[in-house]
Amino acid sequence: METVTITMKNPPALYLEAEHICPDEFAGKTTAQIAELHVYEGNVTSTLGKYFEISGNAGATAEETKIVVKGDVKKVKYIGMKMSAGEIVVEGSTDLYAGAWMSGGRMQVKGDIQAFAATAMKGGELIIEGNAGNYLGAAYRGDWRGMSGGKILVKGNAGSDVGMYMTGGEMVINGDVDVHLATHAEGGKITVKGNAPGKVAGQMVEGEVIIFGTIDVMMPGFKYVDDVDLEIDGTTAKFAHYIGDTGERHKKRKGQMVYGNLYQKI
Amino acid sequence: MTKTVTDVVCPFCGTLCDDLEVSVTDDGKQILDVYNACAIGAEKFLHSQAKDRITRPRLQQPDGTWKDISYDEAADYTAKMLAGAKKPLMYGWSSVNCEAQSVGNEIAETCRACVDNTAAVCHGTTLIAVQDIGLPTCTLGEVKNRADTIIFWGCNPCHAHPRHMSRYSIFPRGFFTGKGHKSRKLVVVDPRVTDTAKMADMHLQVTQGQDYELLNAFRVAIRNEWLPDVVAGIPKEKIIEAVTMMKAGRFGIIFFGMGVTQSLGKNHNIDEAIAVTKDLNEYTKFSIMPMRGHYNVTGSGEVLAWQFGYPYSVDLTRGFPRYNPGDTSSIDLLNRGEIDAAFVIGSDPGAHFPISAVKKISQVNSVCVDPHITPTSGVSKLHVPVAFNGVETGGNAYRMDNVPIDCRKVVDAPEGMLTDEQFLVMVRDRVKKLKGVA
Ligand code: SF4
Repeated sequence: METVTITMKNPPALYLEAEHICPDEFAGKTTAQIAELHVYEGNVTSTLGKYFEISGNAGATAEETKIVVKGDVKKVKYIGMKMSAGEIVVEGSTDLYAGAWMSGGRMQVKGDIQAFAATAMKGGELIIEGNAGNYLGAAYRGDWRGMSGGKILVKGNAGSDVGMYMTGGEMVINGDVDVHLATHAEGGKITVKGNAPGKVAGQMVEGEVIIFGTIDVMMPGFKYVDDVDLEIDGTTAKFAHYIGDTGERHKKRKGQMVYGNLYQKI
Repeated sequence: MTKTVTDVVCPFCGTLCDDLEVSVTDDGKQILDVYNACAIGAEKFLHSQAKDRITRPRLQQPDGTWKDISYDEAADYTAKMLAGAKKPLMYGWSSVNCEAQSVGNEIAETCRACVDNTAAVCHGTTLIAVQDIGLPTCTLGEVKNRADTIIFWGCNPCHAHPRHMSRYSIFPRGFFTGKGHKSRKLVVVDPRVTDTAKMADMHLQVTQGQDYELLNAFRVAIRNEWLPDVVAGIPKEKIIEAVTMMKAGRFGIIFFGMGVTQSLGKNHNIDEAIAVTKDLNEYTKFSIMPMRGHYNVTGSGEVLAWQFGYPYSVDLTRGFPRYNPGDTSSIDLLNRGEIDAAFVIGSDPGAHFPISAVKKISQVNSVCVDPHITPTSGVSKLHVPVAFNGVETGGNAYRMDNVPIDCRKVVDAPEGMLTDEQFLVMVRDRVKKLKGVA
């Protein structure tokens, strides 16, 4: 795998939209060609080279290309958007839409990310060492398909509306989440090691949510069924098992009603 | 002698009452009295008659004083600001007629700006919910003639839309509602005992911030599933009673306001309320309608959606429309420091936005177009007073149920004053020249 390193040298006055910071775009290009890729500051179109110093070599394909992003990119949006393969490492924190619509490859952010990361993610892996914002792995506005595949790991906390309309894939949040986790979910699995204040899995049709900590206010549409033992990361613990949302529509499979499953550690 | 102008439309709230009568002096220059309007509607007309009204654009000087300038100079200043900015925000539009909104959108497209209306702090969450799951709605005429079960959720029409209840929702005798309020059941859901709640057959005093849970409980009850004993402060029996009442009516409607759109849960509250409406249609006819505030906020959404495909928070900076509240919405744009110029028209973010966002308006180049002196005009570099829409100029507006109504001009504006539309046309022509697209 070849590595391209881009380092922020002229931070934007406003915010930068840089969806071309993506292995699919860098692959097969020389550093000079990469420097010519477009970025957008408000309504002004300019080039990546105007803001970033670019070094190293890109691979022939996205699979063979790794991008390391250095410097302050807190005001850069869309890093890794639509990436399908390869790797991105952001050394610090970054802004909105990190890894949005990604379908493959691996993206690692060493700091925090803001809202709309992994919007409608289809595959690949997103690792956030810090905190994530709102709408992680959620659907784009008006769409009914959120994250459908791949894996997300957040080592810190995440915001509200995480996994909204999620249909597949897996998400682990080591810290706490805010309200509206897995709203409208129709599949997938979310594990929260910390607490959730409430509105968990409202309007959920199908899927799985596991909460290790507390839920301040339980949705009335979730009905307690039984206690179960679950094995997570090699250790087994007891969880209260709820099904729901009983106020929402549900499919029947083999004559059985299919509900969303919510587990809370006892 | 005086003359009376009839069938005047009130340009204050989204109820858009179209039965006002206004008596004016013979020369058509002064309003003497307003009939049929509620207190706030009448005040809108009478306020335009204030003798100390600002009638010329004013530019703020470095020492904080204001200097009168001409409309031409004001248009030059505004055009230069908008054409020169990397990411200008054009916010407001809700007390402006549709014709002016359309000219504004042309400017936004030419300058590649962000355009947003007051839905951003009001019913924008409703619009998100509608995009998520649709909207089974109706017109206010249908409510008047058919509705026998009225639910006011998180709104207080007694004070915010004073004639809503007498014209449409509670008191009028309609075709199938001949007994007026006696043929209607009223349910109010509000954490406070408002004047509207005092009139209700049933007041559900929901715990603040738990509307989503209560709406969810309604859906569970509609499906006869298991419910906890108390949800959001309301006992299970009461929830079942309310749902039974709703199922039993012939035509029900949920009116909702900012108590649910802007409290915890936001768009999800409305999403769930729409789902309740949908569920109830298995049993009877049910509709749902947002209580829109500004008289033409609905029109701004209509014009934006017609021209750009999205009803608010539209970002045109890349030359094509994008929309994602949270990223393209005014308060987020301001608080995150994403914009470098602010143009405000027909709204008062200085009074409605969080102080952190208002500070940002004061830190960038800014123009405020408003007949009044407002907190927004106070922090703006340029204040352009204009004629009152619906009083000194007509124009099209949309009622809260998306019915377009043409407003009527009642009196002349003070000598030499322009309307929003006239000023925007001046700015548009200048912007096009500056951008080389004239
Ligand atoms: S209810 Fe609204 S539209 Fe009607 S008169 Fe009062 S303020 Fe005007």
